Order: sequence, then C-alpha cells, then structure tokens
Amino acid sequence: MSNVPPELEYTDAHEWIRRLPDGIAEVGITDHAQHALGDIVYVELPDLGRTVSAGEACAVVESVKSASDVYAPVSGEVIGRNDALETAPEAINQDPYGAGWMLRVRLAPGGGDAKTLSAAAYLDLLGKESD
Amino acid sequence: MAMREPTIFECGAPGRGASDQWPTPSPDALADIPPQLRRKRRPALPEASELDVVRHYTRLSQRNFCIDTHFYPLGSCTMKYNPKACNQYAMLPEFLGRHPLAPAASSQGLLRCLHELQEILKSVTGMGAVSLVPMAGAQGEFAGVSMIRAYHRSRGDLGRDEIVVPEAAHGTNPATATMCGFRVREIPVNADGDVDLAALRAAVGPRTAGIMLTNPSTLGVFERHIVEIEQIVHGAGGLLYYDGANLNAILGKVRPGDMGFDVIHMNLHKTFSTPHGGGGPGAGAVGVSDRLAPFLPIPIVGEDRGSFRWLDETDLPQSIGRLSTFMGNVGVLLRAYVYVRMLGRDGMRAVADHATLNANYLCARLAALGYDPAYPSRRASHEFLITLKRQSRMYDVSAMDVAKRLLDLGFHAPTTYFPLMVPECLLIEPTETESRATLDAFAAAMARILAEMQNDRDQLKSAPHAMPVRRLDDVRAAKQLDLTWPGAPAGPVSASP
Repeated sequence: MSNVPPELEYTDAHEWIRRLPDGIAEVGITDHAQHALGDIVYVELPDLGRTVSAGEACAVVESVKSASDVYAPVSGEVIGRNDALETAPEAINQDPYGAGWMLRVRLAPGGGDAKTLSAAAYLDLLGKESD
Repeated sequence: MAMREPTIFECGAPGRGASDQWPTPSPDALADIPPQLRRKRRPALPEASELDVVRHYTRLSQRNFCIDTHFYPLGSCTMKYNPKACNQYAMLPEFLGRHPLAPAASSQGLLRCLHELQEILKSVTGMGAVSLVPMAGAQGEFAGVSMIRAYHRSRGDLGRDEIVVPEAAHGTNPATATMCGFRVREIPVNADGDVDLAALRAAVGPRTAGIMLTNPSTLGVFERHIVEIEQIVHGAGGLLYYDGANLNAILGKVRPGDMGFDVIHMNLHKTFSTPHGGGGPGAGAVGVSDRLAPFLPIPIVGEDRGSFRWLDETDLPQSIGRLSTFMGNVGVLLRAYVYVRMLGRDGMRAVADHATLNANYLCARLAALGYDPAYPSRRASHEFLITLKRQSRMYDVSAMDVAKRLLDLGFHAPTTYFPLMVPECLLIEPTETESRATLDAFAAAMARILAEMQNDRDQLKSAPHAMPVRRLDDVRAAKQLDLTWPGAPAGPVSASP
C-alpha cells in the first residue's frame, strides 16, 4: 500500500504539497506516482524565478517506462529546486516525500487556494483507482 | 542460439584486410587540408577480411526480430507484411537512376505515379488535397499543425495559441503542438475510452487553434462522439487534426474528411505498407480540406490535360514551404503507390475488415484464457489493450516480464506501458496479414506465460533465457550510456609527424 503522510496535501494528479513558513510550498510527486512510473532516470525542473500557475505543467519526470509532466499544484514563483535530482533522480523512488522533493514555490496572493486533497481524500482516490 | 557475437573489432586480426580493395587516394587528395589539421595516425578501424565481415553481419541479421521472420504485434505501429512486389517495382532502374533535378518533361512516368497516389489518398481519406513531401510521420504532424497556424494567421485570427490533446494521445502530438509554438491543453478520456465531452467544452474557446485526435484512439477503440467533437471544436473556431496512426482500422470504411477533419497525416509506412522501423526512411503524407489547400507544403504534383508538373511557390504562394530538398522520400512513395494499386478499392476494405477481425479474435482468445481487456465493454479496433494490473497484484509480475518471456517463445513483444494511463498494459496489434494459426500460436504462448505466473514465476521474472542477451538493466542503460569500443585509442593523436 502506498505511503500517504497525513500532514501533507495532495492533488488528483499525484503531486504532494508541504506548507512551509512564510507562504512557501514544497512540491513533489507521491509514493504512488513513483511506484507507477518505475525507476526514474531523469528529472527536468523549472528555472528559478519562473512563475507557475496551478495546473500548469512545470516539470518532467522520465522513467524507464515513460516521460510524464508534473503539474504545479499551486501558483507562484519558483524559488527553490532540488538540483541533486539531476545526478540522483532515484531519490524520488527512494524517498519521495523527503530527499525526492522537486521545487519550492513562493505563493502568489491567493496562489495556494487551488483545490487540494487531504491525505484521507487522496487515500480514497487511490482506493478508487485500484478498483 | 544465444552465443555472444563479438564486435566487428574483435572479428579480425592486426594487419588483416582486403588491402588490394582499398581506395587509392590521388596524390593531391590532401592539398586542400592544412597540415595541422591532418591526422598523424591511421584511425582505429576494424581489421577484418571480407569473409569475417560477411559472416559477422549475416549472423547479426539472423538474430533480428523482424516481420519477415516473426509475428510482430507491436501495438500502435502496424507492423504488417510489406509485399515484395512493392519493393520490386519501386526498384526499377528507371526509378532508381532518375536524377532529382531531372526536368518534368523527362519524368512524366514518375510524376504520374505520384499524382495517382495523391488522388488515391484523397479518395480514401475524403480530403480535398494531398501533399506527399513530409519525410516521416513527425514531419507530417509538423506540416499539419503549421498549416493550422498559417490558416488562422491568414485570417488575422491571431489569438489562437492553444491546441487541445486528449491524455491518451501519442507523445508526438503535444510535442508537435509545442514545436509549432502552441500551448497544449490536455483533456481526459472517460472510463469507456471516449473523449470527456464536458472537459472538451470547458477547454475550447477563442484561444483554441485546434484539436489533435487519433481515431480509433491509442486505447484501441473508435471515438464514438466524433460528431459532437467536430461540432464543439468547429463551433469554437478551431480546426480538427487527424493523427493517421490508426488509419489501418478504418481504411475504406469511414473517412476522416467525412468526420469533419480539416487536416490529416498518413503514416505510409504503417497503413500503406512501406518499410518500417530502424528510423526511416519514412513518409508522412498530409491531406487537407479545401480551405487549407493553399497552405500545403510544396512541391505537389499538378496535372494539366494529361501532362504532369511540380507545383511550387508560384502556384501556391501561401504554402508553408519546403520540408526537404526535393520532393519527399520518392522511393517510399513508389512502394505505397504499388501497394494501393495492388489493393484496389475492395482490397482497402478487406485490410480494415481483417485487421479488426484479427484484433477482436485475439482479444477474445486472451480474455478466455484469463487476461483482462482494459475496455471489456468495447469492441476493439485494429488493436486492443490488455491490463495486467490484477496479475501484477496477485503474482508480483509485470507487463515487462510478459514482454521479455514472449521473446523466448518466438514472438516480438507487444507495446508495453503505452498509454501509461492504463496500468501494466500490453497494446497488441496483430494486423491483417497474420493467419489464424499464427494468432493461435501467440495465444498458446500467452497461456503458457499465465501458467508460469502461478507455477514457475522465476522462469518468467528472469526471462529472456534464449536470447543473445539476458534481461538488461534498463536504469543503467538509460543513465550510463557507453557506446565507445574500449579498444579504440584514447587521448590525443601524437603530435609528431
């Protein structure tokens, strides 16, 4: 069963959001997503300073099976990116909610208001998908 | 089988070679090259005799999985048999020896063949005009979406910067839209495999340049709401692009032009049986409705009272231009021409009949064995999707395990993990050129694999066993590419003369 930490928020496209202090959100892909993708071999991250809006494709994760877009779950400016993924993309497989984080976004006014799922709601979604 | 074949570097011995067949350089061959740019040592080429070379490459060719030796049910790729006659006629010395700059007056035979091919493709797709020049499917897509852009611009309709693409589309569709300067709007498909019409309605508007659609879709089912989709997209001022990847299923049955599509690319190497795989040469002819005809890529073949000539920028001043130096991959176009002439109108329908019959027969056989079709309520088109989600949970096996084991059993693997939205999937396309006996043999192999999931899992998980190489480490293969022969000399060439 997938690991879904209760303190995070989620999207139906399998991204997670961690709310940090000062209106900053950390973003990555879920344990379920990394498992479905398989071994990840390449990650493309947005440039620092880029403005992303919720729902927009902002990163690419390439596995041995396919390349998939990662959608920004919030709107704002990219102020941090996990450059370690460039040489060690497998961190997303090994530790999706920790060392596998992808970007940090400074939320635009109202930028964090996009509809996200609680851990319980996301678990519910995974249950439905596996029926 | 399965003995390791050495590389060509290991086949010979130092000093061996057919030295009397080497080219003799003229005394002034190096005159134009400054001394500091001339190499000081001979390159590290393999040193092998003619017989070493012949045996090495013959052995390699015998290890190839190809349509001439094996069933090749690679979904979405239409790996049908290419009749040898197509090759034979396209290789007539009069075609092969023709110079691409030969004047039209001395190329009437070739131009007539290409003109007839244009007309036949127009007729079978229901489009108003055809250009044969795109050199591959991807270039056909590029030409098609470039024409959509040119059309909107010619009307001064400059705000249309989005292309709608369903989530199950071939990856080339969003790539093409992006290459042509558009933003991609992805829309979902519903549980039955049809486009989600509510999501489509919400996605289209004054920014919609068009939609790129494959029908039948990459899920192996016919898009049943195509009439509504046409009304929604045209109603919003957008155009409809038909990705011809799956044209084989509907050949002679329904026509993209009648469904309301404005532009289509045809993979001649799939549906029209020209050589396929290995990266080319391909041919991605495009067809358009009348309103897009002025923008077709040039040159196209025009006819005036039985005489043929190339139409160029003077005839089509609004053309998106040239896509290659001359007139596309003529050799490939000739093969397609012979193929469509051999098929005729009835033959086209027979292609679609047998392609869909074979797919539905094989799908039913696999379902009876205990495999799960991904869309059990739908009739398959020319291909179908099996999902191994249940087996993956019960036996901890993957679609990749099944694909590798099929190689041992003498079959090319189906397409795996595409479309990715269907977990642990195999996309299987038997094509119309396979006999029922071949389909039954494939079903028997799949039955054996299903039994191995329960009784001999190790055999399955460690497959292939009978191939020249065993299971490859696909992570290392993607991350640590090493394509250099280690015997080649490293470091700079000696500076001494």
